[in-house]
Amino acid sequence: MKRVGVLPGFGLTFGFTVLWLSALVLIPLSLLFFRAASLNLREFLDVVLDPRAVASYRVTLFCSLAAAIVNAIAGPIVAWTLIRVHFPGRKLLDAVVDLPFALPTAVSGIALTAVYAKNGILGSKLAAIGIPVAFTPLGIIVALTFIGLPFVVRTMQPAIEDLDPTVEEAASILGASKWQIFRRIIVPALLPSLLTGFALAFARALGEYGSVIFISGNMPLKTEVTALLIVTKLEQFDYAGATAIGAVQLAASFVLLFAINGLQWWSARRTEGTNA
Amino acid sequence: MMKKALLIGFTVLFLGVFLVIPLGAVLAEAFRKGAGAYFAALQDREALSAIGLTLLCTAIAVPASVIFGVAAAWAVARFRFPGKSLLVTFIDLPFAVSPVVAGLVLVLLFGMQGALGPLMIKSGIRVVFAIPGIILATIFVSFPFVARELIPLMQEQGDEEEQAAMLLGASGWQIFWRVTVPKIRWGILYGVILCSARAMGEFGAVSVVSGHIRGKTNTVPLHVEILYNEYNFVAAFAVASLLVLVALGTLAAKSALEWKVRNEH
Repeated sequence: MKRVGVLPGFGLTFGFTVLWLSALVLIPLSLLFFRAASLNLREFLDVVLDPRAVASYRVTLFCSLAAAIVNAIAGPIVAWTLIRVHFPGRKLLDAVVDLPFALPTAVSGIALTAVYAKNGILGSKLAAIGIPVAFTPLGIIVALTFIGLPFVVRTMQPAIEDLDPTVEEAASILGASKWQIFRRIIVPALLPSLLTGFALAFARALGEYGSVIFISGNMPLKTEVTALLIVTKLEQFDYAGATAIGAVQLAASFVLLFAINGLQWWSARRTEGTNA
Repeated sequence: MMKKALLIGFTVLFLGVFLVIPLGAVLAEAFRKGAGAYFAALQDREALSAIGLTLLCTAIAVPASVIFGVAAAWAVARFRFPGKSLLVTFIDLPFAVSPVVAGLVLVLLFGMQGALGPLMIKSGIRVVFAIPGIILATIFVSFPFVARELIPLMQEQGDEEEQAAMLLGASGWQIFWRVTVPKIRWGILYGVILCSARAMGEFGAVSVVSGHIRGKTNTVPLHVEILYNEYNFVAAFAVASLLVLVALGTLAAKSALEWKVRNEH
């Protein structure tokens, strides 16, 4: 293989990396598609288009999208405040943003359920005004918002740091209104990172299991997510069914992974363009 | 002034409702029946065996992540070769894949009806519903952390020092241990912190391959789930509070390291 670089160790490190990824990731994941393809088509479609499966896609997609939208609205405000506004406790709050990454998903799940159940500290108040959270799709959205928040905030923070406040001041001196500054300077600079953060949060939500299963109530057709349906089928030793739905879930992850890579490539090219 | 207060108010409220209150709820529930019940739950035999298994998995998954991360970063950051961006995408795959799917592929590979099933039966080695499967699942979901820290770090640092060492006659391993490792040690540590948090907390992938055999194939998060599903809430939240402590420790270590690296420059 042709390669550029003068240091030693290419063969060893490249070979090891490729071997590791093949053995642990690529071969096992292709096996899933291979197994799904070896089911007969009729059987595959029966499993994948079963009303319970379709309902689980609907719940998963709808709740993931809703949570990603909540994060795409709240995330930029949180990121902006943590970078631009100086107040006591800012650093602490900033560290807390990573909590969903650091906390095991099962713990997040039972903690959110304890808070948002009908007898929970916030759930009781929301239930009293007619908004039950736990064991409804809204509960799933709460869990997915929790899980997705750091993706949006952490993706946007570097972009906000790069935004030079003097550019906004210059625009203001030149007579731009606040709305014009927001529309013409801030939005274009932050849009790529917002979209990337949104896509990352959405992708994570689609496959999420641990934080969702406790708060969702897991009623088939209503609050059952696709990841749980795969586990249920495995527990019933329905390997063909689990494989078929797993292949659908994996295909969705691949599509999103490529979309996210495309977005990152686009935003990198845009920043290079403005710097040149 | 008004705008500033509004921004701070929104941020505090949003992070409070979604992050801080749930964290407090774990502690409140754990101590609902007093400190006695709390410590009794932690000293339970099954809880202790779950802690042991989680530590074992972490002790294997973290070095695996370091070795893979250093090798991958060396190949990606020090050389140019066709297919590099594809390779980097593949390193990210375990994060893009649902943990449940990660567990599922291990069952399809090593289960009794899996691709390697006959081999497993013949050799008498059990992977699925046994400890090797749990370790493999943990490695799968946590190995990219060190690579993801080191690749951008080493790309940014460049290889001028390494080239100088080579011109002065250092061997490959000498360059690595004497020049590269000191340059990337904080990056490795950062990756190790994130990797251990994930390894100790992984739930979905481990849940699928574990079979939930109490006292044998239960990790701490799985033990929390079992206790919770048995309506043994105090014990569930008590064990969960251990994981909360680990998470808070992770955040503190991460912030301290970020602060240290920022001040060094």
